[in-house]
Amino acid sequence: MNNDIISLTVNGKDFREKKIQGKKGQTVLEVFRDNGIPVPTLCHHPKMPPYGGCRLCIVEIENMRGLPPSCTTPATDGMVISTHTERLARVRKTVLELLVAYGDHNCLFCEMNGNCELQNLVYEHGVNTIRFKTDFVPRPKDESNPMIIRDQNKCVLCGRCVRACQNVQVNGVIDVAARGSNSFITTFNNTPLMDSNCVSCGECVQSCPVGALTEKKANGLGRAWETEKVRTTCTYCGVGCQQWLHVKDGRITKVTGVEDGAPNKGRLCVKGRFGYEFIYSEDRLKTPIIKENGGFREASWDEALDLVASKFKEIIAKHGPDAVAGTSSSRSINEDSYQMQKLFRTAFGTNNIDNCARVCHAPTVAGLAKSFGSGAMTNSFSDFAKAKMILVIGCNATEAHPVAGTYLKNAVANGAEMIVADPRRIELADLAALHVPLKVGSDIAFLNAIMNVLINENLYDKEYVASCTDGFEALKAKVMEYPPEKVADIVGVSAEMIRDVARRMASVKPALLVYTLGITEHTCGMNNVMSCANVQMLLGNVGFEGGGVNPIRGQNNVQGACDMGALPNLFPGYQRVDDPKAQEKFKAAWKVKSLPDKPGIMLPEMLEGCATGKIKAFYIFGENLANTEPDIKHVEHCLESAEFLVCQDNFPTETTRFADVIFPAAAWSEDNGTFASSERRVSRVRTVSKAPGIAKPNWWIFRELARRFGQVWESDSGKDLWDNEISVLSPPFAGIKYSRIEEDGLQWPCPTETHPGTPIMHKDGKFTCGRGQFQAIDWTPPAEVPDKEYPFVLCTGRRLYHYHTRTQTGRCEGLNVLLGEETVDMSPQDAKKLNIEHGEFVRVRSRRGEVKVKAKVTDKMQEGNVWMAFHFREGCANWLTNPVFDLVTKTAEYKACAVQVEKIV
Amino acid sequence: MREKLQEVFARHHGSRDALIPVLQEIQGVFGYLPPEAMDAAARFCRISPVEVYGVATFYAQFKFDPVGRNTIMVCQGTACHVMGGARILEEVMNQLKVQPSQTTEDGRFTLETVACIGACALAPAMFVNKDTHGRMKPEKIAEILNGAGN
Ligand code: SF4
Ligand code: SF4
Ligand code: SF4
Ligand code: FES
Ligand code: FES
Repeated sequence: MNNDIISLTVNGKDFREKKIQGKKGQTVLEVFRDNGIPVPTLCHHPKMPPYGGCRLCIVEIENMRGLPPSCTTPATDGMVISTHTERLARVRKTVLELLVAYGDHNCLFCEMNGNCELQNLVYEHGVNTIRFKTDFVPRPKDESNPMIIRDQNKCVLCGRCVRACQNVQVNGVIDVAARGSNSFITTFNNTPLMDSNCVSCGECVQSCPVGALTEKKANGLGRAWETEKVRTTCTYCGVGCQQWLHVKDGRITKVTGVEDGAPNKGRLCVKGRFGYEFIYSEDRLKTPIIKENGGFREASWDEALDLVASKFKEIIAKHGPDAVAGTSSSRSINEDSYQMQKLFRTAFGTNNIDNCARVCHAPTVAGLAKSFGSGAMTNSFSDFAKAKMILVIGCNATEAHPVAGTYLKNAVANGAEMIVADPRRIELADLAALHVPLKVGSDIAFLNAIMNVLINENLYDKEYVASCTDGFEALKAKVMEYPPEKVADIVGVSAEMIRDVARRMASVKPALLVYTLGITEHTCGMNNVMSCANVQMLLGNVGFEGGGVNPIRGQNNVQGACDMGALPNLFPGYQRVDDPKAQEKFKAAWKVKSLPDKPGIMLPEMLEGCATGKIKAFYIFGENLANTEPDIKHVEHCLESAEFLVCQDNFPTETTRFADVIFPAAAWSEDNGTFASSERRVSRVRTVSKAPGIAKPNWWIFRELARRFGQVWESDSGKDLWDNEISVLSPPFAGIKYSRIEEDGLQWPCPTETHPGTPIMHKDGKFTCGRGQFQAIDWTPPAEVPDKEYPFVLCTGRRLYHYHTRTQTGRCEGLNVLLGEETVDMSPQDAKKLNIEHGEFVRVRSRRGEVKVKAKVTDKMQEGNVWMAFHFREGCANWLTNPVFDLVTKTAEYKACAVQVEKIV
Repeated sequence: MREKLQEVFARHHGSRDALIPVLQEIQGVFGYLPPEAMDAAARFCRISPVEVYGVATFYAQFKFDPVGRNTIMVCQGTACHVMGGARILEEVMNQLKVQPSQTTEDGRFTLETVACIGACALAPAMFVNKDTHGRMKPEKIAEILNGAGN
């Protein structure tokens, strides 16, 4: 251990002899930084490989010739170094003078004024004239991209943007072109950024030390010294990236990533970085609204709350508490979901409470709970980059969870082998050692065949299976029915390829498995999930760094909405409603005499219930069911049939059209609270400004309703709710308190206030439920398969530039420019057969409905499949999708239905 | 194009190290580096297209435009410079509406600059394909260009 410590002497001549310590393998600069020794840098960035380009960090080292850059020089024991001699000062000054001369640096006109590393360096080094005459020729600015302005005249060629794009986000869009004083930063073939393969993640902008790359939307809104920074958590996907909101006069001017924050380490994607101004939209709901005579009118809080309370009371009195139901928002803070389920259970007396995990990861919650004892991602995002072997199945991370995708790409860059099983040749497939273009809905056959090979070829982890799991014999018997030859046709790939996957997976330990909705959104979703768990247990991969079963959650707080008990069968903290002990505990805490102990109904049953009359009053919090549920026509019929519908939202949506009362609610950045990300990390969300009009925090609205049911709830803020109720009542979160998550969040389970949180669950194969449970599972095909009339399989999902039904992203400048409409993606072979040109309008029809959209012909699609998303109302895939559900968890089969595609003549 | 590229790739092992020889051969085949070819080379060498572009632009030997049917070379060597070579170049650029190393849209001319072509006695000098034109004056340029092949 001590052999790793080295000693260096720094600035012994100028100052008192100063011995400092470093670790073997560090560069001289890293040792300086660890010991607080200042040395100027420009091209260096701590999260990027050293570059050695700017020569500002030069030092003098005894017995070394020249002036080596400290950022690229390895530190060795006994080095004697000077950081600030006259000679060094002279060279640094010349370097800076040249940089200034080869550019157009007029700080008056620069967005980065006051926040520019060059400006600071020039000032610190006493540069005060431009001494050199150069043949510098100005270049035009590139303002083609709606998010980013490139002004090469300010570029100092530090190459940070290049490494940000190539090494950090692994997008490979920009590089240094030409050489010497002619060099410049270029895209492929030097096109404008908008015409390149740039995904507008803005990592390059964040890493640029000068004003050469700036955020277009932030230009002119305020400079560094005028803004304050508020740390918060991204409101989009379930990665839970940490953001700095730059705020001037209570308004967000721009968003950047928190460089040392977990999990994203400064990274953001285009939505997280540029998707913030929806909160300022004129469309925001600002007052309560009541439907009257077929129209809507504004109302006071008292009137609207009284109306909802009396209606619910009336219906409960007449039809019983189970005639009301509600769905919580997976986009709002934990504290809101907690409050809503509390309202339903204590005031209304029903467990008919659910959240939109029902449409995505309910199979994960239930499936992994059955296999492992806990229904959450087993490992952490930081594990992705460390993995050596990765199976990505049904997961288009670079679009749906972009920052998680960057870690997967980092792993490959670090030498990991990646296998991508996906019907589409998604971006990750291009980096993969092997792409398995399996057929939609064939996952179990594929995974069973892999296990068949692992067992037959003796490649599985016998010791782990014997000591950590149950049910192996039954599993073995089942997968013996799935030899690769037999399933090759079902899966649509060769038996050889299946063998290859099995052997590769077994060749490295541990291997990491990542999946998302390609696994869950099937009628066999829960079985798919448990099959993933089977494979990883068989290989002995659960419970180790760089291994595990890792579902990435879709929405920012869908993990949290489940954690908070916005589920029909669970109290907060995954305590069963039918467990008498839990009953007693919650009755005492919530000061009520009784709580419903029979599990309630799930979201699809609620909707259906509105149509059949079983549900009389339906409360929708922060969801746009009219666009997100399968078979829009039918869903709208259900919403229309509801006797009394309450919506609580930030915006009028397709769903609020059907509401009897609409409550206007505070949005992200308008309230204090917490989100729980996929990696079970509870992170803070903070207020920047008040909600518009008289809109109120969601937890306040639920509390005021409860008051009308005679309940007095004391908690008066997110902090009260979390610290005094949620963490007290839920053992997995008991140790998490606001004071502990001021900066990075904590990962549950975190049972005590000194517990550091749990980055890896089921450590060393010690499962939450004791032993891992193998499940013997048969493959079942999707409910609707192609036939003569509907010959194509339609698969659905998300696209990079939008989120959900665009209530947020559709109201952010630029995102609609980056993606303005839906398309139906199809293979060149199918397009040719149907005589369809790329970009032409076509009709896509299923048994449920039809849409007119443009065709996007791409060789990323396999023949026989078409693909659409659900972001745009026009051309929303859900006009077509099939309302059939996973038998247990009631998640719909969004990933497979049969359609026909027609040329419009 | 695809077949010609396949022939080039067949002679190499697909890795970063092969990039420069691959680019040289591609230029040998097409006379320049078409964007599609650089893109294919990127895939073949398993790096991003922009890295290929970055490397290619680093070396003066690579061309990014197809070579015109006529090559105009305007000397910028010392002797020619002293005798007004810069004005000649400027005028040619004006008339052809291209920068040095570029090709006119109709593919008729590619403009290059050189440093001394050994005709200092005739400075300022310019070449059209293999023909030397010495003691150049801006007024003579239009006629010389007109006289070049289509
Ligand atoms: S925005 Fe992202 S993808 Fe685009 S150039 Fe910058 S780092 Fe690369
Ligand atoms: S654009 Fe910015 S980050 Fe990129 S090389 Fe220039 S100065 Fe550095
Ligand atoms: S990856 Fe997800 S959490 Fe991170 S910035 Fe993008 S949308 Fe937000
Ligand atoms: S910081 Fe070391 S050379 Fe630029
Ligand atoms: S300098 Fe022009 S020919 Fe020699």
